[in-house]
Amino acid sequence: MASIRLKRDTKTAYLILMPALGFIGLFILVPFLLSGILSFTDQRLLSNANVPTSFVGLRNYIRLLQGGDFLNALFRTATFAVLVTPLQCAMGLGAALLINSNIMFRNAFRGIYFLPTIMSMVVVAVIWASLYQREGFFNYAAGAVGIGPYDWLQNSWLAMPALVVMSAWQGFPFQMIVYLAGLQGISKDLFEAADIEGASRWQSFWNITMPSLRNTHILVLVTTTIFAFKLFTQVQLLTQGGPLGVTDTLVRIIYMTGFREGKVGIGAAAAVMFFIIVLAISLVQRRLLREERAIP
Amino acid sequence: MTTSSEKLILNVIAIVVAALVLAPLMLMFATAFKGDQQQILRDLGNANAFWIWPADISIANFRSIFSSTAFPILTYLKNSAIIVLSIVVIGIFVNSLAAFALARMTFLGRDWVIAIILALIIIPMESVALPLLLMVAKVGGVNTLSAQIVPFLAHPFSIYIFYQFFSSLPKDLDEAAYVAGASRLRTYWSVIMPLSLPTIATVAILQSLEYYTAYLWPVMIVQDATKRPMSLGLAQFFSTPPPIWGEIMAFSVLMSLPVLVIYFAFQRWFIQSTIGSGIKG
Repeated sequence: MASIRLKRDTKTAYLILMPALGFIGLFILVPFLLSGILSFTDQRLLSNANVPTSFVGLRNYIRLLQGGDFLNALFRTATFAVLVTPLQCAMGLGAALLINSNIMFRNAFRGIYFLPTIMSMVVVAVIWASLYQREGFFNYAAGAVGIGPYDWLQNSWLAMPALVVMSAWQGFPFQMIVYLAGLQGISKDLFEAADIEGASRWQSFWNITMPSLRNTHILVLVTTTIFAFKLFTQVQLLTQGGPLGVTDTLVRIIYMTGFREGKVGIGAAAAVMFFIIVLAISLVQRRLLREERAIP
Repeated sequence: MTTSSEKLILNVIAIVVAALVLAPLMLMFATAFKGDQQQILRDLGNANAFWIWPADISIANFRSIFSSTAFPILTYLKNSAIIVLSIVVIGIFVNSLAAFALARMTFLGRDWVIAIILALIIIPMESVALPLLLMVAKVGGVNTLSAQIVPFLAHPFSIYIFYQFFSSLPKDLDEAAYVAGASRLRTYWSVIMPLSLPTIATVAILQSLEYYTAYLWPVMIVQDATKRPMSLGLAQFFSTPPPIWGEIMAFSVLMSLPVLVIYFAFQRWFIQSTIGSGIKG
């Protein structure tokens, strides 16, 4: 009886699953495997009947790793991640602490602070472009304290920090909300006990709040890092990887070689390495969270 | 616990942060509604950038972008609406049905299917874009709206969100429906889905934002002006020199307004969905 129902259910279940599995197979799994295969070929975007695609072994990978562009983009993307992740997480935690304190109109502030993250990155880039332009507000502010003017987005020292600040402004509400959920999960008793023991607010923060947020920290840091590695839109709109390649990114390499130059094979090799990096970061997260569980 | 002077300081900080968050948005709205391009250029170079006096309000920028033939903004809006609505509405059925089977039914190979779908969450769009482009080009999908819809209907992360919620519902629901003679699909439609409105909202919000703001894929798949979504339209309008800031900001306002209106109507759900997306990674 039970096995008859299981059999019948198996058929129904796969019928119900079919649309999703079909789409996932066709549009995620197949292109994913194809990406791996293409990375070993000299496939071009516009195929030429006279020049058939052939296997080239590891040539694409060797070219990327020996040429300067890929490693430069990897270094610049990592630099972006290293700068933006702590900044954005600190902003998120700060805003969360503020909203979690007993300020007035907390919900209104939370509603306002959340706004940047629902804005499209294209819109955000456009707005900040007007702030960063030579006759823009930032040079007015710099002039007010007696420095500048600067070409924020064309200066090889300033372009990356400019992108970092803009991206952190757009992204921090996400970290804020996740931290807020984490903060609300900490038992109030701990703080009361610390208060009775005569601990200062500062001590409570470092000895109760921060350790209690351990899992939230891991989650937020890893998610933000992965997101930072996908940097593309704002770069493409504001600096096109310049000046002198200081804002080039991995996704931009995939886009430029695979799409603009039509060298799909090399672009696919870059995409495979990009994926391995993202995968490695998320495996680190899994490892850290498992360690947490192992500690009683 | 907190003294009143501390409370005052915290409130002041909260207001300063709010000002920093709002300033770029104020700049967008203020600039969009200023009619005089000379004034806009002057104002962008000082603190007036963030402010507009009621006497200066004009809809000239909106009027001129609506009449632009090189950048048909109404077409962009319509394309974006079609793309996002199709992905969200069809996607909700495709993904919730899959999650229903995985969470509420026992069948052979279930654990495998769950493991594969979970593993696929990590694959970023950016790493499959090139082969996907070749595949779509092969079937003549370049410059179509379908190419911006169909590949994104099934969404492993949305399946996972639905799966988690469906798994938390008591098994008695299905049993009762089964005893009453309801089929599996009937149970899904009349019992499970009506209980899942918050989860449906979460998925709908996450997907709408993701695909409304998508940039990389449209850039690769669309050259034809009549098939562009808003994000691509704005990016290309912005990249066409010389920048006419009033019109660029009016364009940005039009791109942001639908999201802002929906956000203010369903704020709680937006924040809820962010917590939901926090488990990703």
